[in-house]
Amino acid sequence: MSAPLYFQTIAGLSAQLAAGRISSVELTQSVIARTKVVEPRVHAFNSFDEPDALTQAAASDVRRAAGESRGPLDGIPVGLKDVIAVSGQPLTASSKMLANFVSPYDATATENLQRAGAVLHGRLNCDEFAMGSSTENSAFGPAHNPWDLTRTPGGSSGGSAAALASGAAIATLGSDTGGSIRQPAALCGLVGLKPTYGLISRYGLIAYASSLDQIGPFARTVEDAAIMLGAIAGHDPRDSTSFKTEIPDYRAELKNRRGPWKLGIPKEYFGAGLDPEVGAAVEKAIAFYKSLGCEIREVSLPHTQYCLDAYYVIATAEASSNLARYDGIRYGHRSKEAKNILDVYQHSRAEGFGDEVKRRIILGTYVLSSGFYDAYYLRAQKVRTLIRQDFLSAYREVDALVTPTSPIPAFKLGEKSADPLAMYLCDIYTIGVNLAGLPALSLPCGFTASGLPIGLQLIGQPFREADLLATAHAYEQAHDWSKRRPAL
Amino acid sequence: MSHPADLNIDRIAELSRLALTPEEKARFSAQLGSVLGHIEQLAKVDVAGVEPTAHAFPLHNVWAIDVAQPGLAVADALRNAPSQRDNMIVVPKVVE
Amino acid sequence: MNYEAVIGLEVHIQIKTHSKVFTRVGAGYGHEPNTLTDPVVLALPGTLPVMNKAALDAIIKAGLLLGCEIAAVCKWDRKQYFYPDSPKNYQISQYDQPICIGGFVEIELPGSARNVMGEHKNIPLTRIHLEEDVGKLNHHVIDSLVDYNRAGTPLMEIVSDPAMHTAEEAFAYLTSIRNTMIYGGISDCDMEKGQLRCDANISIRPVGETKLGTKVELKNLNSISFVRDGIAHEIKRQLAVVAAGGKLIQETRDYDGQTGTSQSLRSKEMAHDYRYFPDPDLMPVHVDVAWKNSLRDTCPELPFDKQRRFLSEYAVPYTITSVLIPERKLGDFFEAAAKLAGPGRAQAVGNWIANDFLRELGAGKIALAAAKITPAHLAALVQLVDAGTLLNAAAKEVFAEMFATGEAPAAIVARLGLTASATDAGELETWCRDAIAANPKALTEFKAGKDSAINAFKGPIMKAAKGKANPKLVDEALRRLLASL
Ligand SMILES: [Mg+2]
Ligand SMILES: [Zn+2]
Repeated sequence: MSAPLYFQTIAGLSAQLAAGRISSVELTQSVIARTKVVEPRVHAFNSFDEPDALTQAAASDVRRAAGESRGPLDGIPVGLKDVIAVSGQPLTASSKMLANFVSPYDATATENLQRAGAVLHGRLNCDEFAMGSSTENSAFGPAHNPWDLTRTPGGSSGGSAAALASGAAIATLGSDTGGSIRQPAALCGLVGLKPTYGLISRYGLIAYASSLDQIGPFARTVEDAAIMLGAIAGHDPRDSTSFKTEIPDYRAELKNRRGPWKLGIPKEYFGAGLDPEVGAAVEKAIAFYKSLGCEIREVSLPHTQYCLDAYYVIATAEASSNLARYDGIRYGHRSKEAKNILDVYQHSRAEGFGDEVKRRIILGTYVLSSGFYDAYYLRAQKVRTLIRQDFLSAYREVDALVTPTSPIPAFKLGEKSADPLAMYLCDIYTIGVNLAGLPALSLPCGFTASGLPIGLQLIGQPFREADLLATAHAYEQAHDWSKRRPAL
Repeated sequence: MSHPADLNIDRIAELSRLALTPEEKARFSAQLGSVLGHIEQLAKVDVAGVEPTAHAFPLHNVWAIDVAQPGLAVADALRNAPSQRDNMIVVPKVVE
Repeated sequence: MNYEAVIGLEVHIQIKTHSKVFTRVGAGYGHEPNTLTDPVVLALPGTLPVMNKAALDAIIKAGLLLGCEIAAVCKWDRKQYFYPDSPKNYQISQYDQPICIGGFVEIELPGSARNVMGEHKNIPLTRIHLEEDVGKLNHHVIDSLVDYNRAGTPLMEIVSDPAMHTAEEAFAYLTSIRNTMIYGGISDCDMEKGQLRCDANISIRPVGETKLGTKVELKNLNSISFVRDGIAHEIKRQLAVVAAGGKLIQETRDYDGQTGTSQSLRSKEMAHDYRYFPDPDLMPVHVDVAWKNSLRDTCPELPFDKQRRFLSEYAVPYTITSVLIPERKLGDFFEAAAKLAGPGRAQAVGNWIANDFLRELGAGKIALAAAKITPAHLAALVQLVDAGTLLNAAAKEVFAEMFATGEAPAAIVARLGLTASATDAGELETWCRDAIAANPKALTEFKAGKDSAINAFKGPIMKAAKGKANPKLVDEALRRLLASL
C-alpha cells in the first residue's frame, strides 16, 4: 500500500502525473489539506496562498493535457524559504522589518522553478534574515521539528525542513550560509544540498553573507534532490558571482557514476562535542562505504578549529553591510517614533530587527570599523584561504569527505537561545564548506534511540554535484532511513 | 589583536543606526564579548604571505553590455513605501 | 608673513551611458520622478549589481586622455554611510585599488590680453575611480522627497593632488577637464544638470612651508565660475582669519554663489567611519594591453594639442583657435574645411566659422551637428571669394543662404545671379577709361606713387557694372590702363 500523496517523492509523483493516474490539482489539494492539519503544530509557513497554488496546479494539468508537460517538476508543490523573492508575493525573511513587504520581482531560482512547472504554494519560516540554527529567531515564532514538536527543526531553513518532513510540501528550497540547509535536513531526516558557490544564482535571494550564501534544495531522496538541483542550477547574468559551467543531467548521472570512491574522513570532525549516537551512526555509514569497496582514508583539515571564527567575522561583516538597506525609507518597517531622519534609521531598525540580527550587525560593524579591519576582517579572509587550501589538498587524495552534519540531533526549543556561542557551535561541521565554497549534502544515516534523525554529511569537489549525489545515492539505495515519516 | 573590551557598544550602535536600550547594550556587550573571546583565536594563525580570499571561485571582468532595459513602473517602485507623495518617497526633512 | 593657498579638487563627472553602472535600467536626466528605477536601483531585498562595460570603457578612456596609469587589476568596495538618497546605505566605489592612477591635467592660465595665449602647466592627478551616483533630495518645509532616478548613474571621481594655488588655476583646471571629457565623448559635463560637480579642499600656509595647513572643504560649487569665486572667497577668508590672529578649523563649508558667502556646515551628524570593504557581489576588473589599446585608438587629439597644431599648421590667430578648440566638432569642421579650401585660406575659413557660422548657429539656437552647411561648402565659398568670382558683400548673402538651405555656394551664386561679372573685356575697358577720365586728381596721385588711389576709380566702375564686375579683373584692367597712360 502506498503512502498518501503528500508523503511521496517527486520521482514517484511525476510518474503518476505522467501516467494520468493523478492530477496536479489533486496532489496540491492533498498537500494543502495536510498543511492545514500539521501547520498549527509545526509552524513551517510564513504565508500560504491556497487559491494561487490551485491556479498554478490547474495550469499544470492543462499543460499536461495539451502534451506540453515541462518535466518531472511540473505540477509538484514546492515551498520556498521566505528569503527567495516571488513577484506579487510576500517576502519577509521572517522579520518584522519586512512583515508587509511584497516583492515586485522574481528571484532567478523562482523563475527557474516556474519554468519547470513547479507549484509554488507557500513561503517558509526561517531564522530572521537566515541568521540562526534553530528557526527560533523568526519574528513570527519558531518552527517545530515534526519528529518531536518540542524540538527545533534546525535552522536557519527550519521551515523548509519542517514543511517537507511533515508532508506540507513535496520539496522545498532553503539557503545555506553556514549550514542552514544541511543542519535542518539532518535534524529532520531529509536530504539537503548546499551546491557549490556560484552554481545557483543568488539574484532574488535576500543576502545574509554574500560570499557564502547559496540556495539549495531539500528533498526526501537523493534522486529528488537531483531533480530539484537540475531545475535551479545554471549561469545567471544577473548575478556577477554566478559561474558558467556545464549542467549535467544530475538525475541520469546517479546511475552512471558508480564507485568505488576514495573517501576521506577528516579527523578534526570527530572530536569533543560530537554526540555518541551521531558518531556511531556516521561510523556505520563509513563502514558501509568500505563494504562497497571504497577506499577510506583519514585526512586532516588542520585549520578546522578556526572555521567558526573566520565565519563569524566574514559573515557578520557582510551582513552588517547587506542589512543597511533595511532603513524604513523605501520599504519595510518605519518607526512611528521617528521625528527626524536619524530617528527613522535608529528606531525603525531597532524595532524592525530581532536580537540575533542586531547582535550580528553590531559584531559585523565592529570588525569592519576603523582600526579593526586588518585584525579581524582581513585576517579572517586570509584564514579563509588556508581553510580552503586544506580542503583542496585533501582532494588530491580523495574524491569526497564524510563527516557528521550536526554534532548533535535536534535539541529542545529554548535550550540554546540564551547563549549565542553555544548556538554557533551547532555549525562547526558545516561552515568550513561555505568558507571553501564547496558542495555538500546531508542525508539521513540513522535515528537516535529516542527517534530523532541523524544526518551524514558528504562534502564534494567544486561543481561536481553529480558525483556527490551519486555517492549519496549509493548509500541511500542500501538503507531505508529516507522512507521513514514522522508520526503526527 | 585588540581586546573584546575595545567593543565600544555606543559607538558601534551609532554606526549601525540601532537605537539600543541600556539593557540591550549591556546584554549584547556581554554576549558578543564571549563570541569575540572565541574569535581572538584568529590571532594565532600564521597568515604571513597568505592572500585573502574574497571569493571562493574568483572570476574577473563579469559585466553586461550597455543596453537600457525597462525598469519598474512607478507604482511598483513605490508599492512598499511607508510614505510617499508626488511619486516620491517622503522622509522627515533632511538638513544638510 | 606671506601666505600661499593650496588647493586640491575632487571632481565628480557623470559618464554618459545608456544604462546605469550596476544595472541595466536606463540612465537619464529630466525624467518624471522615480521612473528610472528597478529592483537593483531601489536596493530591494535580494538584488545584485552587474557592471556596465561601457562605463568601464569610458573611465579607462578618460584615464588615457589624462595620462593616467591604468591599473592592471582594480576592484569594488562598499563605502558605508546612511543617507536617504543612497538606497543601499552604501555606495559602490573604489577604495584602495582605483582603476586610474596618477596622470595630469594640462591647463592654460589667462594671457596678458584676450588675444595672447597664457601660460600652460600640468596639474598632477592622484587618481580617478568609478562609483555610483546617489538619488536626489527635494527639500520642502517639513519634509524631503526622494527621487531615485539619478541613483546608480555611473560617476567618475577625479582627484587632483593638492597642487593648485589660485582660484584661476582651479578654474582653468575644471575648464580643461570639461573640454577633455567632452572631446572624449565621456560626458557632456553640463553643470546645470549635475553632470559635473566639484568639491574643493583649500588651505593656506606660509610661503616656503611644505606641510599642508588646516584644510577646509568647500561644497556645492555648482558652476565653473562659482568654483573660481568660491575658492577666491575662501582663500580671502582664511587669510583674514590668520591675519586677525585667529586659528583655522578643519570644517566643511557651503558656498552660496548667489550671495558670494560661505557658511560652515556644523556637522550635527556623527563622525563618519566608512568601513570600506571589498564588495562581495562584484568581481575584480583586469585590464590588459589589448583592451587599453583598443580604447587608445578611440582617443581624440587633446584640445591643447589641437590648438598648438592649428596655430602652427594653419597659421590661424590665437583668438580664432580659442573659439574653435573648446568644441571638438567645431575644430573638426574647421580642419576639414581648411584642408578642402587649400593652402593660404585657413584663416579665411576660421573667420567665417568664428564670426558668421557661430552667429547663425546662435541666432537659430541650432546645434552644430544639425547645421546644414558642410565643410566642403564653406571651403568652396572661400575659394570663390579668393578667386574674385564672389564679392565679399555677396559672399555674406551666399553664406546665409548656404546656412538656411544647405545648398552648395556655386548653386546659390547661380540662382541669385551674384556672380561677379564675366563681362567682355571691351565693356570693362570702356568703364575703366571713363572712370579714370572722370577723376584726374586720383590719376595724378596714383602716378605720384600712391597705390591706394586706384580704389577711387573702382566705385564708379562697379556702379556702371551694377555690382557684377569681377573685382580682380577690374583691378587688372585698371592697372594695365594706368600703366599705359
Ligand atoms: Mg571623495
Ligand atoms: Zn565620490
